[in-house]
Amino acid sequence: MAVASRTAPGRRFVGRRLRRLWSPIAHTQGLARVMLLSGASITLFFIVLAFFARWIAPYGFTQYAAHGVRFPQLGHPGGVHPFGTTVESDDVLSRVIWGAQTELKVVVLALVLSLAVGVPLGLFSGYFGGALDRGLVLLMDAMFAFPPLLLAIVIAFELGSTVSSGVVTAAVAITIAYVPQYFRVVRNHVISVREETYVEAARALGARPMTIIRKYVFFNVVQNVPVLATLNAADAILTLAGLGFLGYGVQPTQAAEWGYDVQRGLSDATNGIWWTGLFPGMAIVVLVTGITLLGEGLNETTNPVLRRRRFGRFDFEPVSPMFAEVEPPLQPDEGLGE
Amino acid sequence: MTGTSLKTYALTRLALVVPMVLILLTFVFLLMRVAPGNPIAAALGGHVPPSVIQRISHRLGYDKPIYTQYGDYLWGVLHGNLGRTITDRRAVSSIIVENGGATLELTVAASFVAMVVGLVVGLLAGRFRDTWIDVSGRLFGIVAYAMPVFFLGFLAQLLFGIWLGWLPTSNQASPITQAFLPVHSHILFIDAIWAHNWGALWDVVKHLILPATTLGIVIGGVFIRLVRINVIRSLKDDYVEAARARGIRERSVVYRYAFRNALVPVVTVVGLQLALLLGGAILTEETFNWPGIGSTLVSYLAERDYAGVQGIVVVFALVVVVASLLIDFVNAFIDPRIRY
Repeated sequence: MAVASRTAPGRRFVGRRLRRLWSPIAHTQGLARVMLLSGASITLFFIVLAFFARWIAPYGFTQYAAHGVRFPQLGHPGGVHPFGTTVESDDVLSRVIWGAQTELKVVVLALVLSLAVGVPLGLFSGYFGGALDRGLVLLMDAMFAFPPLLLAIVIAFELGSTVSSGVVTAAVAITIAYVPQYFRVVRNHVISVREETYVEAARALGARPMTIIRKYVFFNVVQNVPVLATLNAADAILTLAGLGFLGYGVQPTQAAEWGYDVQRGLSDATNGIWWTGLFPGMAIVVLVTGITLLGEGLNETTNPVLRRRRFGRFDFEPVSPMFAEVEPPLQPDEGLGE
Repeated sequence: MTGTSLKTYALTRLALVVPMVLILLTFVFLLMRVAPGNPIAAALGGHVPPSVIQRISHRLGYDKPIYTQYGDYLWGVLHGNLGRTITDRRAVSSIIVENGGATLELTVAASFVAMVVGLVVGLLAGRFRDTWIDVSGRLFGIVAYAMPVFFLGFLAQLLFGIWLGWLPTSNQASPITQAFLPVHSHILFIDAIWAHNWGALWDVVKHLILPATTLGIVIGGVFIRLVRINVIRSLKDDYVEAARARGIRERSVVYRYAFRNALVPVVTVVGLQLALLLGGAILTEETFNWPGIGSTLVSYLAERDYAGVQGIVVVFALVVVVASLLIDFVNAFIDPRIRY
């Protein structure tokens, strides 16, 4: 009985939070709604492809023959191979479908890892401040100086010889490249939330720092995360494709990867062969567009600057280059001046 | 804040760069040294006897303790020596001079394209908010951003290089131009003008068009968004209202008041997208066989030349740090509110 009465308000609390996150989405209109819906359907389409690749794809991603008959080399699209075949006689359509699975695995793993590292670091660094905070900010700012792709290339290059799974290599490489972004956004948000009256009230009532962070700060900051994660997912796919294009991360024998396929297609293009590069490339463009539309739709419904109707307080910190309105210049410390 | 002068600000900002650069150097050094195995063995490949590896390691100083190597490295950087590659013993500084010209040519041309695309589409989309112009402009921006630069390059090569046969798809100039053009700046565009060789200049420009447009459009996708939002913001601003209230014609309110103010923050952001531009340049150079720093980096990666990779990665990071420093200076100069 006592347990039940303690959990009930908790559940209601979470439910209310969820409703607060959901209500702007349910009230979207016009363009934002179109973007949200089309983005969500495109993303969902690729998720379905990824999950059911085994049943949807006509062949395996390195399968070059069926029923004892070898597929044609660089076969023109049509017939049994609607997207044609590659130099290795692989079916392009199958590689595109299996590629969706690779992208999903890497992006989900990378998102989970970078959230797991970036969000707590940002929370503690922002809340407690002090020397640790200053050190972390300096370190993260220094990492910011590397183009994310460059950092990912170097990490993938390093891990390539020791980690056997290409998916893990690529995910870790992308994680390290994106942690500074999560850190920066969460930390800056925590710093503004920390000074709010309700946090001060909790502190005055004697709540321990961990309780304050968990109950008051975390829920305020975490509202940005869906938008942030969506945007970074789009970025992560581009980075993964860039890695694959340069031959790092996922190795061709382990899984199908679109960026690697475009790189192979590039050398075919010299002979006027377009289908080996076009289809995997289109897959990247459509998926990233879909995720960006989803993110932009979410952003539009939640960002007070862009939104025409107000749905309560909600600050959005721009993160990805796509969404940075004006990045502030590097500041040494928040407390030093204007 | 009152009391701090521009000079104090500049000095504080400059002083902050020092720890930043130190962290950068340490970070890259550690990254290149934590990898298991000897960098010499990695660069030489599999079938080299240990005695040879040991001899070369000793000659190049790779058998010293790690902190001595680190000290030597920092000391070298302090004296402008970024090290030498292992495989072909090239000085990193000469890579910057010889291949940097090509990267500079590409990135400057691409920024120009990005600026034109971003400003035109962004201003129109912001001005005609929620019309079909806005929708198609934004969609263009999103698709341009979603387009991997190497895939856009693939399409461009296929269409303009192979099918139409209008433009060359690889290298910085034709072999004849490269052989006969006297080298001054290692930037072929400038060297051709320097030599008053207009035929060579046309050749260089023809080679530049596809890579620069490809990279420029992808970067421009980001600018469209920024410009559009800024225009929307400034069209709502008080001074625009005031101008309207004074009966100034809408056209002149938009062009003389709103647009001009919308562009100020954009200038900053253009500079801050440098990391994006450099990342894109690596892929563009690889796509178009452009002999810049990016493709040099990729070839050192393939040869597992740790010293070469380390040198070039540091250069990329330093460029970003110096550029953001300069942007901050310019901003502080323009806007007196930015002070510490």
